[in-house]
Amino acid sequence: MSITTVVLAGVGGQGTILAGDVLAKVAVAEGHDVKLSEVHGMAQRGGSVETFVRFGERVFSPVVDRGAADHLIAFEVTEAARTLRYLRPGGALVVNRRTMASLPVLIGDVEPPVGVEEALGREGAIFLDAEALACEAGSPRSANIVLMGAASYALPFETATWERVIGERVPAKTVEANVRAFHLGRDACAEGACAL
Amino acid sequence: MARTLMSGNEAVARGAWEAGVAIGVGYPGTPSTEVLENLVKYDGVRCEWAPNEKVAAEVAGGVSLGGVRTLVTMKHVGLNVAADALYSQSYTGVTGGLVYLVADDPGMHSSQNEQDTRNHAVGSRVPVLEPSDSQEALTFVRRAFELSERFDVPVIVRMTTRVSHGKGLVEQGERQDVPARAYERDVRKHVMMPGNARLRQRHVNARETDLVSYGAAAEENRVEIRDTSLGVITSGIAYQYVREGLPEASTLKLGLTVPLPESLILEFASKVDAVAVIEELDPYLSLRVRALGIELVEHGLPRSGELSPRLVAEAFGSDPLPVRDEVQGLPPRPPLLCPGCPHRGLFYSLGKIRAVVTGDIGCYTLGSLPPLSGMDSCVCMGASIGMAHGVDLAGSVDRPIVAVIGDSTFAHSGITGLLHMAYAGSTGTVIILDNRTTAMTGHQGNPVNGVFIDGSAAPELDLEVLSRAVGATSVRTVDPHELDATLTVLREETATDHLSVIISKAPCALLIKEEKDPYAVDEELCTKCGACIRLGCPAISRDESGRAVIDTATCVGCGQCVQVCRFDAIVRVGPSCDFGGGR
Repeated sequence: MSITTVVLAGVGGQGTILAGDVLAKVAVAEGHDVKLSEVHGMAQRGGSVETFVRFGERVFSPVVDRGAADHLIAFEVTEAARTLRYLRPGGALVVNRRTMASLPVLIGDVEPPVGVEEALGREGAIFLDAEALACEAGSPRSANIVLMGAASYALPFETATWERVIGERVPAKTVEANVRAFHLGRDACAEGACAL
Repeated sequence: MARTLMSGNEAVARGAWEAGVAIGVGYPGTPSTEVLENLVKYDGVRCEWAPNEKVAAEVAGGVSLGGVRTLVTMKHVGLNVAADALYSQSYTGVTGGLVYLVADDPGMHSSQNEQDTRNHAVGSRVPVLEPSDSQEALTFVRRAFELSERFDVPVIVRMTTRVSHGKGLVEQGERQDVPARAYERDVRKHVMMPGNARLRQRHVNARETDLVSYGAAAEENRVEIRDTSLGVITSGIAYQYVREGLPEASTLKLGLTVPLPESLILEFASKVDAVAVIEELDPYLSLRVRALGIELVEHGLPRSGELSPRLVAEAFGSDPLPVRDEVQGLPPRPPLLCPGCPHRGLFYSLGKIRAVVTGDIGCYTLGSLPPLSGMDSCVCMGASIGMAHGVDLAGSVDRPIVAVIGDSTFAHSGITGLLHMAYAGSTGTVIILDNRTTAMTGHQGNPVNGVFIDGSAAPELDLEVLSRAVGATSVRTVDPHELDATLTVLREETATDHLSVIISKAPCALLIKEEKDPYAVDEELCTKCGACIRLGCPAISRDESGRAVIDTATCVGCGQCVQVCRFDAIVRVGPSCDFGGGR
């Protein structure tokens, strides 16, 4: 029973839901059974968010346990550290080098964490600056697709399938920018240019 | 046929449409909301958001009486509100098929409590189908309509968060042509007064026996014999966790859990060496299986929250998976009021009068968190108003007492509370946060904002006129972004000796389409006083020196912070492409 498990983690509003939907549809298009799980509602108001995508011959659970994920794609540094518990030893870790302070930090109730990027680096994280690459692609809001491009490097799907699904899933006038964003993310990983 | 990736809620909508449903009605509530939002997209279906679940259930009851199939949707706590209708609809039965879609929220991702809808089903003596994935969500909803008409009973389809918001592959079917059944006046069936109700109770008793027999052979209840050393009785999402966590175990997967097919359970137990029950939320199955004289394996799985494949596997002896070291000292990231949220201005002003604030359910419940810390209670829909009156009656508070309630929540269950305050001669203050939408669940229309579920225009409830008609002496509308004006009205109205309603009216920040230029902090003028920080706006933080910094990419230009800065240090700037706002 070979199942691949991907966790997308970020902050509500960063586009993890759309990214997870694209990934799940790519897996379906390549003939896999797929389960996806995410949580809507209160958590989306700027809180921590997680999307689970699992694919393989037959997938039962949509939920992911500690140590059970093969890939962790983090849209934000603190959330990468928070969700690291899902990633099995040896799993792939892609992290957007962006730190968003949570409200307890902004108002000074809690000290900002120190040494998080270094800790993630020790866990083998591949870092990239998704917002900068998204701007380069021509759409600042395509950072989520940049990250899917980065994730795609270690996932077993054809580039053409990604391009087709992205084309179907994003607004028509942003398709070109999003496809560019996907390739910039993918190339960044391929060239190792994003590594720490 | 090609299968399509669908969420459980999308699949429910599809199943209802395929079953020939003509009318859908409900009240939004996570995780149930998307069912109606998807159903309304299909041709041949009319959908309505009702002001609350009880009205929705009564509308659905009327549609059924009129001979037409109907789906009514709500979250678990919504069924408490609709329960009054359900318990007697169980007696009247149906004409057109009547299905309740109720979504439970194990783990309380977006709810004020954990509740197991099967308890209401037992109480009202109606059957429950529990899908375990999107495909079953579709097929069980279709089956629920057949059962509803065949057994003359409303049927509950019980979802949970992971089934509603999980996605999986679904094979879709065609829409059934279901002609409306002719309306027939039948007083003994439909007028529930004692003599008639006693007659109908016989139907309820006989029906339960029939449903038990049906369940013993129903394809929704599936025996899967694998290794016979352990047999697991399970339902809903827990089935998926069992299949992954205990792949060798035999399973009795119950799709129809109320009423229980006892003969099938006894037969399954006789085929395996040991029996375990694995279910989320209340011990509904385990208590009843034990009552059949079956000894259960004690697995120690938690009584509340969500299960998972590893929890199940490790409860039966699997070793834990190897994990990485956790990064310590991470700050929490609770959800928060959005940048530009009008509620922020109201709670900031409310903080100035040191009121005891009885709160309610919606985005504004987040105003209870620091630094606004603007709410003292939140219990159930509409509770803010009755509780404000109750705190006043208790007589132990010598500060202003204020109820805070959203527009949709006020329409849901607030009006009767206000009526009571007026009737009881209260001199209290009720604030209606009218942000022109049902925001928390994703911007649904409601009777206050004049938007129908399909986006078309609907009549707008005039809150001022309504409040006066119910009996408020003073009714004033404020713009919560205007902090000083809001504070003045709060001070005046909490000091009066009559019942006051304040309508805090400004649209949800997420509804505002035109972009305003963001603000920034003039470093020369900022004195590091921290006044703007106390707004709790996610766009404002301090730099290393303690000066305020505004993230121009997050700021939406609402201008609340400008009003709290006594040093004119916050100034409007042009649009910025600079992520991180200069930090």
